[in-house]
Amino acid sequence: MSLDAHLVVRRPAFDLDLALTAAPGEVVALLGPNGAGKTTALRALAGLAPLSAGFVRLDGTDVRALPTELRPIGMVFQDYLLFPHLSAVDNVAFGLRCHGARKGAARDQARDWLSRVGLSGCEAKRPGELSGGQAQRVALARALAVRPRLLLLDEPLAALDAHTRLEVRSQLRGHLADFGGVAVLVTHDPLDAMVLADRLVVIESGRSVQEGPPAQVARHPRTDFVARLVGLNLYRGFASGHTVALDPGITLDAAESLDGPVFLTFPPAAVALFRSRPDGTPRNLWRTRISMIERHGDRIRVHLDDPLAVAADVTAAAVAELGLIEDSQVWAAVKATETHAYPA
Amino acid sequence: MKTISASPRGRVPWVLLVPALLGLAFLVLPLAGLLIRTPWPTMGTRLAQPEVRDALGLSLFTATLATLVCMVCGVPLAWLLARVSFPGLRLVRALVTVPLVLPPVVGGVALLLVLGRRGLVGRWLDSAFGITLPFTTAGVVLAEAFVAMPFLVISVEGALRAADLRYEEAAATLGASRWTVFRRVTLPLVAPGIVAGGILCWARALGEFGATITFAGNFPGRTQTMPLAVYLALETDPQAAIVLSVVLLAVSVAVLAGLRDRWIS
Repeated sequence: MSLDAHLVVRRPAFDLDLALTAAPGEVVALLGPNGAGKTTALRALAGLAPLSAGFVRLDGTDVRALPTELRPIGMVFQDYLLFPHLSAVDNVAFGLRCHGARKGAARDQARDWLSRVGLSGCEAKRPGELSGGQAQRVALARALAVRPRLLLLDEPLAALDAHTRLEVRSQLRGHLADFGGVAVLVTHDPLDAMVLADRLVVIESGRSVQEGPPAQVARHPRTDFVARLVGLNLYRGFASGHTVALDPGITLDAAESLDGPVFLTFPPAAVALFRSRPDGTPRNLWRTRISMIERHGDRIRVHLDDPLAVAADVTAAAVAELGLIEDSQVWAAVKATETHAYPA
Repeated sequence: MKTISASPRGRVPWVLLVPALLGLAFLVLPLAGLLIRTPWPTMGTRLAQPEVRDALGLSLFTATLATLVCMVCGVPLAWLLARVSFPGLRLVRALVTVPLVLPPVVGGVALLLVLGRRGLVGRWLDSAFGITLPFTTAGVVLAEAFVAMPFLVISVEGALRAADLRYEEAAATLGASRWTVFRRVTLPLVAPGIVAGGILCWARALGEFGATITFAGNFPGRTQTMPLAVYLALETDPQAAIVLSVVLLAVSVAVLAGLRDRWIS
């Protein structure tokens, strides 16, 4: 099963235009900020949101004209939407019954699916009696039970607490690996996307801004949104060899030698701060201003602006020793070996 | 004992309190008067009288049948109004609510003009099938359904609009057709709304007077329902009228108790 879709949804205040392809067995994650159009894209694939233009081809057949119930899909909703009046087993059996299975056979298969997601013994429970993690797995079993060729998951882990999320994420990963069709996953959590997906499609304002394997996207972000997600400082610049000229008139040396427009990244931890100009003439050194200081895990994140907006991670001890305070002037330095450039 | 006041926003102004208490007394006193004047010792024997039993039986029977008619047509009508957008939707919704504000007597006249023996549809029903509706028990059911249906439609439509549409979407992604979605998801989800609407509809049908007497007449045992019997008894046997009234009051209170979760709290 392969997916080849061009989703165009035009609304008064919103415009989605997204080309999406996936090979058989591939798990694609749509990653993006709230309101970027991820869920709309998923709903368009399901036929729940009408396309203004474009197509949805599954194995080469356009299903655009098919209503939702005739598409070979399964969908896991953000808050699961388990039917509150049906038991867990009847929720899973619902789709099988709709596909023509008899009541007894549908129940047997549903029980089988529940045991596959590790929920034997919960068959008779109503959705209200299930924990968040259990409900998520019932929703997954319900979607998989109809043997879809396209599995759609809308923020499948967003409603779970941190501990459950860890457990359910690894289980979901196993189920997705076993699933033979195409899976499209919507998330705003980079970790979910990195762990679950074979390929990321980053969406901002209804457009794809970056695509690729998770590792590559994490290493080479191309928008501020992605850079923030993966925790990197990102700049556009113009490279001549190892030297990259950035917009505000600063030049930094990068590990790579390139020519032409480039992106330049370095992690916040690669930035060193000094009260006064350090001895010697290290490259990648500039004088700057501290705009904000905040806790960031066990480190302290120092935000620098003017001339270059930079996030720097330092230890609490360094903050005390250097007497770093907001609105004061410092010197910042980045090692060239941790500064990476790649073509824009 | 609690006293009035104690609200953190200050004393209750008497310009509001006095009319409010007057209104309350106006609503409660007549009912209290009814209970005080009820001939309790002879209640049992009076209820056992054939005329009373017939009227009560006929009322319960026709109101229940009218409610069933309203359910069968009203629930799909409510679904149409809540789930399908078509040109003229607002007009249709307005038309559905007309019987709600129309004087029931006018409804009875209108029914007579359409379904009467010489009416637009009634003439044809009479000649083709030999069916006459006016002044029959079926006529009572129709008159009651005409007046009570809007209560059911409005109540169910409200429940449908309040129901989370995404459950229906989830059902569609599982391969359910619209009919299956309605039967297996929508209907169970709005069942409480349908029950509430049905009770309201039944209570309205039970109390129907104007349309019934106009369209179905006042024949004891055939079309004389409780409200008609009360009105008639008031002139001949006031004690009987009181007894019948108390029975209707009891039924109303029971309905209210049945709906307390949805309408009162």
